[in-house]
Amino acid sequence: MIALLKRDLALAVRAGGGFGLGLAFFLIVIVLVPFGVGPQAELLTRIAPGILWVAALLAALLSLDRIFALDHEDGSLPLLATSPLPLEAVALVKGVAHWITTGLPLTLAAPALGFLLNLQPSAYGFLLITLLVGTPALSMIGTFGAALTVGLRRGGLLLSLLVLPLYIPTLIFGAEAVRRGADGFSATNALVLQGGITLGVFAFLPFATAAALRVNLR
Amino acid sequence: MSLHVKDLSVARGGRPVLQGVSFDCAPGDALILRGPNGIGKTTLLRTLAGLQPGLSGEVDFPEESGAYASHADGIKAQLSVTENLTFWAEVHGGVLDDTVLEDFDLVDLRDRLAGTLSAGQKRRLGLARLGVIGRKVLFLDEPTVSLDGFSVKMFADWLRDKHLGQGGIAVIATHIDLGLEAPVLDLTPYKAAQDAAGGSDEAFL
Repeated sequence: MIALLKRDLALAVRAGGGFGLGLAFFLIVIVLVPFGVGPQAELLTRIAPGILWVAALLAALLSLDRIFALDHEDGSLPLLATSPLPLEAVALVKGVAHWITTGLPLTLAAPALGFLLNLQPSAYGFLLITLLVGTPALSMIGTFGAALTVGLRRGGLLLSLLVLPLYIPTLIFGAEAVRRGADGFSATNALVLQGGITLGVFAFLPFATAAALRVNLR
Repeated sequence: MSLHVKDLSVARGGRPVLQGVSFDCAPGDALILRGPNGIGKTTLLRTLAGLQPGLSGEVDFPEESGAYASHADGIKAQLSVTENLTFWAEVHGGVLDDTVLEDFDLVDLRDRLAGTLSAGQKRRLGLARLGVIGRKVLFLDEPTVSLDGFSVKMFADWLRDKHLGQGGIAVIATHIDLGLEAPVLDLTPYKAAQDAAGGSDEAFL
């Protein structure tokens, strides 16, 4: 498992690996929003948590189709399937690797970008925590979607359509927790529910992902 | 350690292609699969390797001892030769042994990125993977594509001395003569009748 994680991380940071693509997309979207909305600081403050969360979600979506597509193209996938590593572990490692290369940088960059949207000072901590709790779920759900669409030509669009509805609960609770936290209300409920979704996703989706891979390998 | 295949029927895309395939391999045995294009050599090898279920019949060999190799090598262009091999060795719980690099004439290429190798060199790297994973039952699908005569002989030598000689088994689909003393199984007589039951879902349409 460690070997696969190491390989995927090495591949991500080497030429053509797509590391930083999601981060750059995130940055650009956040920079564009104030231009589109206009220089109304109060309005920006109000929409900042939602915009940050939606942008992070779209940025995570950007690199999903690479999770299994590259391994499918060069034939690694059947070789991994016949290796001692169970496909469930492969699925889990792929999800974790995607999070480390996409979700984690997004989380760390978000506070800096919150500044551009005039985010309330009290919201920064909540933004960091909700992204930290929520983005792993985005990666794991995305891995499941990538397994469903592996081998399909132009599967990226279908992947987005499959995955985006599944992102809704994480988005709702994530943005809600930041809003409530920023306004001084208790954000515990939203945070706990979001954490529950993440844990549930990591408990069940590796199995679903492996099942989808087995079907697609036939 | 032996491979038993009894009365195996395999399907591709829901359509039966081969039926009633039976053979046995003892340790040290190789079996060459022959047959015209489309007869089902790849499908049979994938079924044997467990990548797809057969329609009926039995495949029996010790668990976690089979390996599959096809036209696609699973080589990452952005990783070097040793990084590629080390990865596959570690996934299989082993370490990369330098003798494998010698066996496949990769010593001079060890630090080159796999993406910069020629087709034949990539193929050698892909075959070298078989040397690091320590699997005893190999299912090889056209292993010598894009290899020159010298490399074919090198691979055949490795297969004979380092694999079969150590009690391994190999089932190989190939059109060229590897120079191995191995029985040849012609798959033509096993071709499935097109209306054979089991794979068609016409009844549901």
